[in-house]
Amino acid sequence: MKNLWLIIQREYLTRVKKKSFILTTLLAPLAIALLMVVVGLIFSYQGDDAKDIVIIDQANMFDKKIKDQRNFFFRFSDKSLEDVIASRDNEPFDAILVIPDLPDVKAKRHTIFYYSDDQLDLDGSDALQRAIRDKLRDYKIREMELDAEQLDNLYTQVTIDPEPLTRSEDEADQSEDNPSPFTSVIGAIIGGVMGFAMYMIVFINGMMVMRSVMEEKMNRVVEVMISSVKPFYLMMGKIIGVGAVGLTQIIIWVILIPLIATGANLIFGFDSQQAVMDSAASDINPEDLELMASQVMTELRAVNWWLIVPCFIIFFFGGYIIYASLFAGVGSAIGDDLAESQALTMPLTIPVILALYIMFAALRVPNSTLAVWSSIFPLFSPIVMPARLAFNPPAWQIILSILLMIATAVFSVWISGRIYRTGILMYGKKGSFKEIWKWMTSRQ
Amino acid sequence: MSSILTTEKVVKRYQNHLAVDEVSFDMKKGTILGLLGPNGAGKTSLIRIITSITKADSGRILFDGEELTGYHPRQIGYLPEERGLYKKMKVGEQLLYLAQLKGLTKSDAKSNIHRWMEIFHMNGWWDKKIEELSKGMQQKVQFVSTIAHGPKLIILDEPFTGLDPINTNLIKSQISRLNEEGTSVIFSTHRMEQVEEICEDIVLINNGKNILEGAVDDIKQTYKDNLFRFKYEGTLPEHMLENVSVRSQNGEYLTTQMPSAREANQFMGALMNAGVIITDFKEILPTLNDIFIKKVTAKS
Repeated sequence: MKNLWLIIQREYLTRVKKKSFILTTLLAPLAIALLMVVVGLIFSYQGDDAKDIVIIDQANMFDKKIKDQRNFFFRFSDKSLEDVIASRDNEPFDAILVIPDLPDVKAKRHTIFYYSDDQLDLDGSDALQRAIRDKLRDYKIREMELDAEQLDNLYTQVTIDPEPLTRSEDEADQSEDNPSPFTSVIGAIIGGVMGFAMYMIVFINGMMVMRSVMEEKMNRVVEVMISSVKPFYLMMGKIIGVGAVGLTQIIIWVILIPLIATGANLIFGFDSQQAVMDSAASDINPEDLELMASQVMTELRAVNWWLIVPCFIIFFFGGYIIYASLFAGVGSAIGDDLAESQALTMPLTIPVILALYIMFAALRVPNSTLAVWSSIFPLFSPIVMPARLAFNPPAWQIILSILLMIATAVFSVWISGRIYRTGILMYGKKGSFKEIWKWMTSRQ
Repeated sequence: MSSILTTEKVVKRYQNHLAVDEVSFDMKKGTILGLLGPNGAGKTSLIRIITSITKADSGRILFDGEELTGYHPRQIGYLPEERGLYKKMKVGEQLLYLAQLKGLTKSDAKSNIHRWMEIFHMNGWWDKKIEELSKGMQQKVQFVSTIAHGPKLIILDEPFTGLDPINTNLIKSQISRLNEEGTSVIFSTHRMEQVEEICEDIVLINNGKNILEGAVDDIKQTYKDNLFRFKYEGTLPEHMLENVSVRSQNGEYLTTQMPSAREANQFMGALMNAGVIITDFKEILPTLNDIFIKKVTAKS
């Protein structure tokens, strides 16, 4: 046991002390924060050239009133187009917008003319169209003598609020369990983040274990090691040590990323996420936004964190142990020839990648047959089940999935231990699948 | 003298060949045993069983009078033929780690390692990475890792390959010193002249079987051909050679095969009486190399 601890320590410390580890751990959140800032900047970029625009409203439909847009500043002119152009030196402008008379108040289309030497960009064109469209609408309302308030009332925002068909007694009074329209979106986001995190952890750390096993075998240091410790301890020490490295990295990131993001926002003086929201939601009116935000908050509170967080941790350990031990077994079977590692790791990388795709499918339809059974099948469940957790899957599925995963973890540690203890001492012998099968079944 | 290691009918079978076939031998405490055998004879398999790296399929192994358990590897130091250290680790860290895995406390390990590093002129290496060292230097580190925990038995598989004569002598002298202090040594090699120089006893393994064991001197006596060499001055009377079997005669040397030393002496007396001056008389014992080749080729 003392030796296991020594091995874990070494595996952990040599990795954590590496410059590359320190750099990636500290720089990755910085890079992410930088990315967020840049994305925010890009989204909030509105074009920097302000334009003075002269509107020639030939039928005076706008009554000389129009709101300035972000970088369009309007003024009206009664002069003709030629006169306006001629007077450019005295009253400078960037463009002229000529709005011809609307032939019929019921006209569905209207063409206006934009005179300028500069190209009108897509954003600007959109903004101008929106501004003119709104003014024309007001004009039509006036002309048709409609009641603007009544018109506003015609618009009804419809949301679909899912309700359970059957509910048990004690659930009846728990309004929190009542799913709101955002349930599936929030669930998908939480599930997606967790599923993807699991995928990264399993893959990156599993590969790390495999490389480390291969390195020991090729260095021949393994023979010295197992003359002191049992191969099984060496393998477990490696798995636990590397797992702890991964965990350390995640914890540092969970702490650092929000810190750096907040810091960046303070320094750059704007909220990048807000900027994203602004540009994405510029068509939504602020009241709707507020309602949405409050619903999202209720929804986040309603998410069963007491189920999700512990389950995520269980699936983290289970999934990691299953794959890390299998990667360790494969690593021990790989000889000096790196090319053959491809063939041997394939049976492990395929289920991991498949699980990722199934996870994405499960986010869209969390209760499909595919999603349900994949989240129970132990090679997929560590990635797929965390993605489904936010959708409140039935308890029996979670329990079955966890039980199967634990059994598989135990089994894969056992089987990998058998492959490992033989594989690490096999030099120059190709670890074909037939060979590995023999190692699994042979006595030590 | 009690035994440090006894193997009784140890068998190890790999998928389709018998690597170790009922090997039995006994090793006295405080001796140096040469474990010999051609390539693929099963030496490494046997060593791996002794060091608990693998388990024997059947048979018994006694270490210091006790059945081999998980505790015994701590009392064994093993220098495998395939050397290997963690390349990225520092010399000091590496030696500490390996010694601690052998059950030493950190402080004991530290003081032991410092002492050995001094003996092997490795001062100032503590913070060097293994990959920064030359092959010979790495060998010295590896040797220190084998003995730093003060094992009762050290097993050295070809310990001198890759070492220059100075370091070879340094390690050789330290092996003798350890042996004088009571450490038992198993020395596995193909280099017979080293075995003759270092070992008191040998075990010869071929095709997984123990085909010869015993003290080097006894074995030489057993396998001698009763060859005697005379160095002489003057001329040999031809008729005196008629009744003896002459193996070779060139210049001033005569080599004969005699039933025993007594006959050789009588022959020498006769020569001297006949006026031949004998300047040197020697019994020629076979080298281990001869015995090795004879035994191995005879069996196969």
